[in-house]
Amino acid sequence: MNKKQFDKKVDASFSTVGLMATFFGLIVLAVLVIDVFMDGYKRLSWDFFMNYPSRKPEQAGILSAWVGTLWIMVTTALLAIPLGVGSGIYLEEYARRNRWTDFIEINIANLAGVPSVIYGILGLGLFVRMMHLDRSVLAGGLILALLVLPVIILSTREALRSVPHSIREASYALGATKWQTVRFQVLPAGFGSILTGIILAMSRAIGETAPLITIGALTYIPFLPSPPVSFSKDLPFVNVTLKGFFEPFTVLPIQIFNWVSRPQKGFLINAAAGIIVLLAITLAMNGFAIYLRYKNQKRW
Amino acid sequence: MLFKKKVSKFKEALVERLLFCCSLLSVLTTAGIIYVLLSESIGFFKEVSLFKFLTDTQWTPLFVDKHFGILSLLCGTIVTTVIAIAVAVPLGLISAVYLSEYASQKSRVIIKPILEILAAVPTVVYGYFALLFVTPLLRKLIPGLPGFNALSAGLVMGIMIIPLVSSLSEDAMHAVPTGLREGAYALGSHKIQVAFKIVFPAALSGISAAVILAMSRAIGETMIVAIAAGQQPRLTLNPLVPIETITAYIVQVSLGDTPHGTLEYRTIFVCGMTLFLLTFFLNVISFKLRRRFQEVYE
Repeated sequence: MNKKQFDKKVDASFSTVGLMATFFGLIVLAVLVIDVFMDGYKRLSWDFFMNYPSRKPEQAGILSAWVGTLWIMVTTALLAIPLGVGSGIYLEEYARRNRWTDFIEINIANLAGVPSVIYGILGLGLFVRMMHLDRSVLAGGLILALLVLPVIILSTREALRSVPHSIREASYALGATKWQTVRFQVLPAGFGSILTGIILAMSRAIGETAPLITIGALTYIPFLPSPPVSFSKDLPFVNVTLKGFFEPFTVLPIQIFNWVSRPQKGFLINAAAGIIVLLAITLAMNGFAIYLRYKNQKRW
Repeated sequence: MLFKKKVSKFKEALVERLLFCCSLLSVLTTAGIIYVLLSESIGFFKEVSLFKFLTDTQWTPLFVDKHFGILSLLCGTIVTTVIAIAVAVPLGLISAVYLSEYASQKSRVIIKPILEILAAVPTVVYGYFALLFVTPLLRKLIPGLPGFNALSAGLVMGIMIIPLVSSLSEDAMHAVPTGLREGAYALGSHKIQVAFKIVFPAALSGISAAVILAMSRAIGETMIVAIAAGQQPRLTLNPLVPIETITAYIVQVSLGDTPHGTLEYRTIFVCGMTLFLLTFFLNVISFKLRRRFQEVYE
């Protein structure tokens, strides 16, 4: 075998090695999914979704967990989306290039790398103790909103950056103001990519456990936060209340963590069943985001 | 007409102010983190000297005989991080070279987002996997391995951060100008030579940035180690025993009902401070390195 053939062999074998390395993680993921599914699918039933946690594993369910997750997600989205997108718009469209902007940028890049548990500590000191929000939905939502803010800001900026300048200039030429240009031309053009970023950010927030444990989100919650809208037979028939935001909660990942850390086998099965639900939500959201990104690959 | 113009001018200015306030929030968040960590840490160091904190070999704030030696927790963090990096860096880099130099543009576009799903799986799920799948598997290979150990947690953490390493390194390699590759081919190089002798060194600062960021991520990872690595702070670099990381300790204390204002309560913030400083330091280096490779080739 001469050198040329040898090099060709090396090339070909690296290409196999590379493919294997690339897929290694995915194979592990597949094993994980199958393992969890085998462990937990039997527990998945209507009762599992509709029961409160219990000391008896067969009767325990994830009702307070998934309702809590829903509450936290809505709170997080309401806070993080306007703030994150607004911040992204400012940095990309309005901010002048100077030291202050530079500082904000470095700051956001750094925040994106701060471990999530630190956000929990921030929440513990700031929201739970100083603002006396206790272990409420609002405190949890605030923490997760701050946590995903960098993700939303960065993806908004990236989305706006990909909108060509000619579109802005055309809008100005027609007499539009800066905000009109941003609001009616740039934002709609970048909407798909921004949405992708938001979905990814929310899917991250759904799985977060550590920051909510840090503020002491409880695991045994045999009740739900007060619904924001309730109906009654008496006047005024419809009651609107924000009380739910100030009530304690638990979320799906915390419930799973609680079950994983118990020695009884029954709870481990519950944990697996909970993981199936959580994984299904996260993978669906990520899949949707990938699809959106793929669909939105617009070449200007 | 004039009035309308004035209103619109006012509106424009208002919108800009509002948007500016949004971006200010991130600065406030950082300030808030530093304030909360500092204020409680100062209270801690009034009772425990910094010297003791850095040199004591035991960490037992929840026992009667209290010791506050961060080194025992730091060891746990270092062991799990080293294992995770040992998994993620080789696999991530090989995969990055493959995606950047060997894979077709089409498969690159498909594979990359799928890989990122690995990073999207909630960490509590990885914790379950480490404790109930990887550890039993390892126990067959290593008899006598305890149910909680640093090895299993580290390995799973490594798998979780593969996409971080591969995606960022691939970006860096992709940014290397084609001219450099063509030059090497013109001199008779093979693909593998181009990949490892031209592209890899040229992208080195970006690759280092990726590896450092991965380290930072591993140091801050919480749930996997809280579930699978144990709750026994100890001064050891042995991956085969139960340990406790800084992050896992924070979780452990948070689960108990530690009264506000006590020394045990403040340990959360001191640990947070240590964690913040470690990751901040790594993040800044990584950010600077990334900027450098962007400057060179863009």
